[in-house]
Amino acid sequence: MVTEQELEKKEKRTCLYDKHVALGALISPFGGFEMPIQYAGIALEHKAVREKVGVFDVSHMGEVTVRGKDAERYIQYIFTNDIADAPIGKIYYGMMCQEDGGTVDDLLVYKMGEGDFFLVINAANIDKDWAWMQQHAEGFEVDLQNVSDFYGQIAVQGPESEYVMETVLGIPCSELLFYTVKTIGDVIVSRTGYTGEDGFEIYASVDYIRSCWDKLIEAGVQPCGLGCRDTLRFEVGLPLYGDELTEEISPIMAGLGIFVKLDKTDFIGREALLQQKTEGVAKKLVGIELADKAIPRHGYVVLKDGQPIGEVTTGYHTLSSDKSVCMALIDSKWAALGTVVFIQIRKKVFEGRVVKKKFYEKHYKK
Amino acid sequence: MAKVMEGLYYSESHEWVRVEGNEGTIGITDYAQNALGNVVYVDLPEVDDEVEAGEEFGAVESVKAASDLYAPVSGTVIEVNEALENAPELVNQDAYENWIIKVELSDKAELEQLMDSKTYEEFCTK
Repeated sequence: MVTEQELEKKEKRTCLYDKHVALGALISPFGGFEMPIQYAGIALEHKAVREKVGVFDVSHMGEVTVRGKDAERYIQYIFTNDIADAPIGKIYYGMMCQEDGGTVDDLLVYKMGEGDFFLVINAANIDKDWAWMQQHAEGFEVDLQNVSDFYGQIAVQGPESEYVMETVLGIPCSELLFYTVKTIGDVIVSRTGYTGEDGFEIYASVDYIRSCWDKLIEAGVQPCGLGCRDTLRFEVGLPLYGDELTEEISPIMAGLGIFVKLDKTDFIGREALLQQKTEGVAKKLVGIELADKAIPRHGYVVLKDGQPIGEVTTGYHTLSSDKSVCMALIDSKWAALGTVVFIQIRKKVFEGRVVKKKFYEKHYKK
Repeated sequence: MAKVMEGLYYSESHEWVRVEGNEGTIGITDYAQNALGNVVYVDLPEVDDEVEAGEEFGAVESVKAASDLYAPVSGTVIEVNEALENAPELVNQDAYENWIIKVELSDKAELEQLMDSKTYEEFCTK
């Protein structure tokens, strides 16, 4: 018997759900949605994006529009990056933080026009972010709209993405620079992604997204699931909210200080983040490489001299380098590169050393 | 359709046992390797370790997750398949050829709790 409560908790489906099922995808819940994890296999899809091109359904992502006289001033207040006097078409990555510096979410801010912004937020945080944004809009002349249910979204990623966008979808985008956006009618196209490769994201109506998906699959573009989205972003050191950024992990702790502009006008969390930056943080996000093939997973304990000093946030046996590596939040005292630390993996303890948290070079087209 | 071998005993957690005398050879089924995807690491126990029916004795890791291995029968580990340490992908290539451990069975009556190939085949299609 299904209770009403359970029905409410039921995962949503994106506008491409039936297509994933037809392609035989393995489907799992993620961020409140039933999402495709893999089609042909994580390794194969990962390789397709690194070497050629792949397409992802990322319709689960949330979108919020911010418009009005105070739109820029309002975003400056809730967002850590500095969008002052930004040219139209520019995109900024940054965070919304709590007063104590903890991260509410990491997001993209698209400047669509003067006083007109498009914010892209994480699926799992849509309700929380939406409440947070409304709560902090007091005193600003802004119109906020949660348009998450309207927009479908796909990401075309990989070295051949520009070619595929132009020839298969007929969307001219060679002139589109990294982290910029343009609109073609109601369709929003940006040169962005979450894989460390060149790529594009398209936000549009459900019907348009469905037709793009069909054209790409028909043209032989590899459908890619969230499984390889995670291995791809992890390898290039991009954070995932919930793992590397949380309400307890500030962007300074996560090593994302370049997206926190402490010298701009006041914003929520500034004081706490400034203090973390100047006085240092108790815990830091680091990379760890193991000598063995055992895989450190989220939540596994990091040890030094037999004592717990932190936890793994994400770990994999990487597909590009054949090494077991992870990101972990550990006591800053042990965060220096080269420090020997240990990770408890089930019943055994494995030696590793602190390395840069980037295990593969990004290949953006800038 | 996942391959099921005749003459083996199967557990609900998708391990198989081949019994010769008092020796049990244990591996994971074709269904399991297929569900896991690319196996990238096999966490093996050591020779002389005691394993207990229904208890975890190691793990198989795919790219996406670690899955515990459960002993279908109790016994003492007499051999581990060391080839899997450097070539875990063998499990994907042939899950029945590439066994994981061999044990000296401590209670052959436990085999009655396991499924035969026909029952397991039905179990997998449920």
